[in-house]
Amino acid sequence: MDRLQREKLKWKCRRGLLELDIVLERYLARHPDDHALNPLLDLPDNDLWDIVAGRSENYQPHLKDVVARLRAV
Amino acid sequence: MALSVRKFDAIVVGAGGSGMRAALELARANLKVAVLSKVFPTRSHTVAAQGGIAAPLANSTEDNWHWHMYDTVKGSDYLGDQDAIEYMCRRAIEVVVELEHMGMPFDRLESGKIYQRPFGGHTQDYGSPKMAMRSCAAADRTGHAMLHTLYQQNVRANTQFFVEWMALDLIRDPQDGAVIGVTALEMETGEVSILQAKATVFATGGSGRIFAASTNAFINTGDGLGMAARAGIPLEDMEFFQFHPTGIQGAGILITEGVRGEGGYLLNKNGERFMERYAPNAKDLASRDVVSRAMTTEIKEGRGCGPDADHLLLKLDHLGPEVINHRLPGIREIAIRFANADPVREPIPVVPTAHYQMGGIPTKYTGQVVVPEGATSESILPSFYAVGECACVSVHGANRLGTNSLLDLVVFGKAAGEQVIKDIRSLPSPQRNLPKDAGEASRARLARLDAASSGERVADVGNDLRRTMQAHCGIFRFPEDLARGIEKVKEIAARAQRLFIQDKSKVFNTARVEALELDNLVETAMATIVSAEARKESRGAQSRADFPERDDKNWMRHTLWYKEANRLAYKPVHLKPMTVEAFQPKARTY
Repeated sequence: MDRLQREKLKWKCRRGLLELDIVLERYLARHPDDHALNPLLDLPDNDLWDIVAGRSENYQPHLKDVVARLRAV
Repeated sequence: MALSVRKFDAIVVGAGGSGMRAALELARANLKVAVLSKVFPTRSHTVAAQGGIAAPLANSTEDNWHWHMYDTVKGSDYLGDQDAIEYMCRRAIEVVVELEHMGMPFDRLESGKIYQRPFGGHTQDYGSPKMAMRSCAAADRTGHAMLHTLYQQNVRANTQFFVEWMALDLIRDPQDGAVIGVTALEMETGEVSILQAKATVFATGGSGRIFAASTNAFINTGDGLGMAARAGIPLEDMEFFQFHPTGIQGAGILITEGVRGEGGYLLNKNGERFMERYAPNAKDLASRDVVSRAMTTEIKEGRGCGPDADHLLLKLDHLGPEVINHRLPGIREIAIRFANADPVREPIPVVPTAHYQMGGIPTKYTGQVVVPEGATSESILPSFYAVGECACVSVHGANRLGTNSLLDLVVFGKAAGEQVIKDIRSLPSPQRNLPKDAGEASRARLARLDAASSGERVADVGNDLRRTMQAHCGIFRFPEDLARGIEKVKEIAARAQRLFIQDKSKVFNTARVEALELDNLVETAMATIVSAEARKESRGAQSRADFPERDDKNWMRHTLWYKEANRLAYKPVHLKPMTVEAFQPKARTY
């Protein structure tokens, strides 16, 4: 992953909910080049937070691994 | 090389609830509108609002705008402008019904009407013990529903969004000070350009990130406040910042009051349930300000917990896993994730946490920015408007009531839109001429950053600023802390002039954006602590150890802070409403 993609990914992690800001900041510190995060970042903040908090399984099946990693940070 | 210039009828800076409501009004009037946002519009901080939006629809209990007005005036600790408050409460029903018609999914009664619930500080019959059911909500995601509804409506009305654009500085006409646009950084290219308009509306939100403990998202860096301050425009009542007693130490995530309602309580480092000393009857259920002051006192007197003695513990393991899992859903998950503490076994580290900024850019109820000029304290600054948390209308005065902030966004977003349309249609000439040096200030800021080969790290300076504000200008304020804090913030401001970033790329450089945000945080923090030090009373959210009482004789007035030389001025509170009798100041007890 090049610098530009990494920077764009980082900025997409700036959210309206503080909970997500913190979780995503931690995530990027561990997985700075994880492209797979992108489709999740297109979700509305509250929907994404419900997924991270384990209250929702409403995401596409191929994102299972990245969701698991996200829930683990 | 000259900067490129794009021209619009109106620019709205910020795409949260108030900015999008203003933009919608303008786009529907077929004006050419540009909305600038650092992040995608539906990721604005408005999504975090859970409680609801206040409107006296009287769907469940008797209610009317005059009762709502009384509650808001009293809640403001009588610092709110009563004309603006009357205006907001009288337009509440209209704006909520409009949102419903736009498709906002409010919770409903069986009758099909909007369901309303009670909320702290909202009463029937001028403060009677009976609560008003006034809050209209969309489950626990009212802000989210509002933001998505307004975004869809704007797309339909052809509002032009400039996403991942950061406004940098205001451009003013040297002749009369009128605002004629902004400079802005397009992140994608790293280029700065000029966006010129007949009207510029700021809707940039709050500045909660000036505190170490804050519930605000990372984007809330007071950008509009910084831009206004640098352009010589004063900031009003910045000392008034609402805090919540129990945010998770180091993270800021709120632990709801419900935890103490269920029997959770606070401990100091000696394991003492200290609230018994401060509020023998209500104990941990005393009002927010009482609990927050007690917590600050414990920390200040050396009874804080942890290696830095900087927080307290919220104990709930005695409630048992049954109560914690069933009556406090989500709390356990949040505590484990953000405090690394499982509340079933161990207490949660908490600290009073900054939540909402009552002050901002001084405006009247039309959204027009007003500044002192000659003998008048409120002269309209042509072509400049501010709405939402970045503005000080002032409807929240010294303290905001829950559910009034979402109402503020839509009422004044709409009002500013209406005023802009009126003003543009009465303009004699289309666009003013740009001053020769337009954009120079922004270019100089960026050039300094690009040229620096060494200097201060953005993260270090930002962290020092947040820690200083938290320690010196938090929920409970002490004179010697405030005075020392001002000196420290001045030192930090000097360091912020020498920032160094490693990455010198132009294209999509987030380090550059964070450095530019820090400039705005510094201005806002300075305004807050200087205003707080000067106000020698306790009122609403300003609580001073040395002046514990409200002092209407000397301090029933709004603060105006100017960046230049940290100058302060004051102006009277509007005690006269538009059409009704004034509510006279009384002690604020609940």
